[in-house]
Amino acid sequence: MNPGAVAIVGAAETTELGIIPGVSQLGLHADAAINAMRDAGISPETIDGVASAGESPVAVAHYLGITPRYLDATSVGGCSFMMHVRHAAAAILAGHATTVLITHGESGRSGVGAAGWTPFTGLSAQFEQPYGPSGPPSLFTLPVLRYMKEYGLTHEQLASVAVVQREWAGLNPRASFRDPISVEDVLNSRVIAYPFHLLECCLVTDGGGALILTASDRVSEFPTKPIFVLGTGESSETPMVSQMVDLTTSGAFRRSGAAAFTEACLKPADIDHVMIYDAFAHLPIYGLEDLGFVGRGEAGAFIEAGNTRPGGKLPLNTNGGGLSYMHSGMYGMYALQESVRQLRGIASAQVPNVRTSVAHGVGNMFAVASTIILSNERP
Amino acid sequence: MADQTTAKPIPVPTPETKVFWDRANEGELWLQRSVQTGTAYFPPRPFFPGDPTQEVEWFRAGGNARLLSYVINYRAAPGFPREPYVIALVELEEGVRMMGNLVDIEADPAVIDLDMPLQVVFERRSETVAVPVWRPAV
Repeated sequence: MNPGAVAIVGAAETTELGIIPGVSQLGLHADAAINAMRDAGISPETIDGVASAGESPVAVAHYLGITPRYLDATSVGGCSFMMHVRHAAAAILAGHATTVLITHGESGRSGVGAAGWTPFTGLSAQFEQPYGPSGPPSLFTLPVLRYMKEYGLTHEQLASVAVVQREWAGLNPRASFRDPISVEDVLNSRVIAYPFHLLECCLVTDGGGALILTASDRVSEFPTKPIFVLGTGESSETPMVSQMVDLTTSGAFRRSGAAAFTEACLKPADIDHVMIYDAFAHLPIYGLEDLGFVGRGEAGAFIEAGNTRPGGKLPLNTNGGGLSYMHSGMYGMYALQESVRQLRGIASAQVPNVRTSVAHGVGNMFAVASTIILSNERP
Repeated sequence: MADQTTAKPIPVPTPETKVFWDRANEGELWLQRSVQTGTAYFPPRPFFPGDPTQEVEWFRAGGNARLLSYVINYRAAPGFPREPYVIALVELEEGVRMMGNLVDIEADPAVIDLDMPLQVVFERRSETVAVPVWRPAV
């Protein structure tokens, strides 16, 4: 893809985030979509492509009154929306659509009009579920003790991920949890799946978000500051955490990240701001290493030393992340939204002079990943 | 419905995995490997992953493994006791990895050492299904 050939011209989250019992899941998609269309100054008749996960893009298009000629129902968990951006960019450049709406909405907490957690099927049902994992908290976390032994990551360093992200959340009025916490608070919180404590696990809330993409040649038709798509990547490893090749690194992360950096013609050192999907506290550690921001085994100490906190040299998860901002179940959309806000210069915890941002998503534990590199400057 | 809330999950074999579960029901751990290279693989499938031209065969595994990683789950899944229990990832001496539970050991990090040697035992889940779980090697 030609870096910067496609741009995000509309971006918004749902009007409310958190506990929203008065809106169905489909309604959250629609609320976010209408907010994004208002942001972009367009109506449904301008949209000719729809991508969504959780709800079918067929349902989203019909509900909003959109007649699509491009549909993307990629649904592989929390990074689906990064993939939607990647696929939409390709579709726009191929002429399959001119203006693509990507929607996320999830009644993760209230369960209004939501299908709920999809039971594991296939080989995981035969070879993993019989051993009693209780969803992501005891599956996504399974590789970490191996990482701790291999690289000497301490419980305190793991806890510091949650502490730093709470610092960012404290600067964000829309964050669910904003009160400062200490490493001791994290380690004294209830054990969920040793070595993980409650404060090292994501929230469960309601919300949504939407993006509108078009060709960069058209950005002058929109009132917003355009955010250009410089690089994109996606890959998968295994749907079963037990079948990971190496428990200390994600092949999907590495391949997706490398593809995005190659496409963008950038290196990690060129990046001003990073969002790494943090369903649990170890994901920023795996992500920083697998995307190449730090060396193998270095991320825990890097975070503990304050490099990713407000004022640090690599601002990370500046909305507070899935640990403190919000997590509806498929969080990837919120990482993208924060990247866009930072690049527009309108984030609650605005980082000065952000020109490049990475939004890295994971899906279905370590099964799959997608990475998007954005900039407010067209190369 | 009562079974679903009171009993541990019972795997439902598919035609491609039936040999594994039939043997497990007899207290034996069987895997598949490439005839050409001897490389074992898991979960079962009727071809070698990445190279379906290789001939494959079933063989009885030694039942020895080492502990790669684990969690102690404090949020019991349906059918599991309320006491915290160990969900483990193990690597068999044949090179394949599996999830399992640890048995005959306290669910206590002080006594569970990564890389500790393990032996397979089988936990009966129904008249026709037993699942492999792991105990410290003696």
